Amino acid sequence: MKTLISTSVRVAVAAAFVGMAAPAFAAGEGPHIERQQWTFSGPFGHYDKAQLQRGFKIYKEVCSSCHSLDQIAFRNLGEAGGLGYDDDQIKTLAAEYTVQDGPNDEGDMFERAAKPSDRFPAPFPNRKAAEASNGGAYPPDLSLIAKARAVERGFPWFVFDAFTQYQEQGPDYIHGLLTGYEEDVPEDVEIPDGKYYNPHFIAGPAIGMPPPLSDDLVDYPDGSPTTVDQYATDVSAFLMWAAEPKLEERKKIGFRVMIFLVVFASLLYFTKKKIWRNVAH
Amino acid sequence: MAGHSTYVPQNKAARWLEKRLPVISLVRGSFVDFPTPKNLNYWWTFGGIAFFVLVAQIVTGIVLAMHYTGHVDMAFNSVEHIMRDVNYGWLMRYLHANGASMFFIAVYIHIFRGLYYGSYKDPREISWILGVIIFLLMMATAFMGYVLPWGQMSFWGATVITNLFSAIPLVGETITHWLWGGFAVGNPTLNRFFSLHYLLPFMIVGVVLLHVWAFHTSGNNNPTGVDPKSDKDTLPFHPYYTMKDLYAIVVFMLLFAWFAFYAPNYMGHPDNYTEANPLVTPAHIVPEWYFLPFYAILRAIPDKLGGVVAMFGAIAVLFILPWLDTSRVRSATYRPIYKQFFWIFAVVCVVLGWLGSKPPEGGYVLASRICTAYYFIHFLVILPLLGFFEKPKPLPASINEAVLEKNGSGQPSGAVAAPETKS
Repeated sequence: MKTLISTSVRVAVAAAFVGMAAPAFAAGEGPHIERQQWTFSGPFGHYDKAQLQRGFKIYKEVCSSCHSLDQIAFRNLGEAGGLGYDDDQIKTLAAEYTVQDGPNDEGDMFERAAKPSDRFPAPFPNRKAAEASNGGAYPPDLSLIAKARAVERGFPWFVFDAFTQYQEQGPDYIHGLLTGYEEDVPEDVEIPDGKYYNPHFIAGPAIGMPPPLSDDLVDYPDGSPTTVDQYATDVSAFLMWAAEPKLEERKKIGFRVMIFLVVFASLLYFTKKKIWRNVAH
Repeated sequence: MAGHSTYVPQNKAARWLEKRLPVISLVRGSFVDFPTPKNLNYWWTFGGIAFFVLVAQIVTGIVLAMHYTGHVDMAFNSVEHIMRDVNYGWLMRYLHANGASMFFIAVYIHIFRGLYYGSYKDPREISWILGVIIFLLMMATAFMGYVLPWGQMSFWGATVITNLFSAIPLVGETITHWLWGGFAVGNPTLNRFFSLHYLLPFMIVGVVLLHVWAFHTSGNNNPTGVDPKSDKDTLPFHPYYTMKDLYAIVVFMLLFAWFAFYAPNYMGHPDNYTEANPLVTPAHIVPEWYFLPFYAILRAIPDKLGGVVAMFGAIAVLFILPWLDTSRVRSATYRPIYKQFFWIFAVVCVVLGWLGSKPPEGGYVLASRICTAYYFIHFLVILPLLGFFEKPKPLPASINEAVLEKNGSGQPSGAVAAPETKS
């Protein structure tokens, strides 16, 4: 009886708080983002090389005209658990870019073809220049964007996320944003001149970036569909890799660690049990 | 620590050392022969777990410090350098970042275990107070550690928290400038936070040793709250509790590994993957999850100074807890009414945490105020009065008797095991 009362008190207190909280705060947590299927989700997640290469092509031909990728060097594209390019491909790719080097022996700065150890050159010399060319809006660096953006999940979803290992809010958001532009602006929404309507934009709904993707904008040599949805999915996967290049290695090691710990814990459990076998406690 | 071991080393060299510096008998008396109540449940393993995480934090932290650069222009990129170019740097950083959360999980469970079983009461007040000091040092360390990656949340979190000191009348602004080393959070702030973040963990280790020394002098509390009366009530620490703690630590490592390997950014904030920018304020500035209950208390009070006083008061009240609780019965097992209030208090703390993550508007503010008021009422009104009004259940005559009763007296009372002498 005591426990029954005690349990009901607890439940009542919890219910009172939740009941008080829930209706008042249910709305307004941010845009709704559709979850996508990713090869890199879950405990055995891995990147799809072909998808990363397609996504890189989107970055190179579309995004890179405004967005930098400061943390990524050309050599990174050949590293294990990534895009899988070989050394020659990377050298050829790097040589397409020009970077500033120097000073040389005469004390002058000079331009040269990029090497695999160079990082991707930024499209603008500095933040102010980037803003000036983009109507005052700053196109953010994309190296970490897949970890730097997430729509808050709210209670109780964030509790489930800890168990389901949901760590793909970033790519889900990027995909939602790139496919989320709408032509028809609702009457109660004001979009200033030079801005675009995108209800999926986290700081929106007015966004400075014009819709960057359209069907058949980029050629896919591997015959994948050339749709906005496919482009958005591929470039989101590529940006996840850019933000988390060690993901495959991490999940692989993690699995071994978990197996080891489970075995070690069971051995310790039985050892402990044996030591305690004659003790009432 | 309270090493009353009569142990004499067999080895000649050990005897030579022992005569000059009695460390062998000290360790033996504290962690081998130390008589420990035989009825400690798994909630008692969280002290050992917390110590394990502390050591893991120091080890990963020292490695990270070898590759980190404490300068506003380079800190953010040096963390990315660790993540991308340093061998297993990603592992070190994810273990360290999640280790902070694990440390707080272990310590919060440890604190609530102490609250439930009355471990703060006579004669363990000093051990409890040292524990609160450890908690404060941990909070300072974790806060300064979160600033080091120099992301948006690092910078704005540092700005909000250091600004709290400006609420102090008259000298507030001077103190804030002194903390910053300038007129805003900047490079001197980052530098001193790095320095202190490296220093404080070793101070924590020192206070942990005092904490252990204190309760090894008084003896462990136990789930009955009744002091051991004879040898039948206790077991030597080794091998019984060394193995039990080790098992618990490895199970806890499973939880740790789950987050570090599979959801390493679950407990972090996405804004901290954007480099600090003093000109752009994030939409919501939120601290790490382990500070959220205190953050909710801070914001519940409409007055700035009042909020700061309430926030620090929420921890300060723990220092005097041993004298606020008037009941002479330690364990909630024998305190039917306190047991109910304990659980209400636990729920209120969790709800405060959730409220701390919400913007301070509308119903959230009202809920925060109710919970904040209850937090203080629990300590300042309920606990002092409960000792007078509550009728505790009869206490068992001894730990051994409580154990026998629980087990349906299936075991002969003399069967305190000595596996090594059997078989």
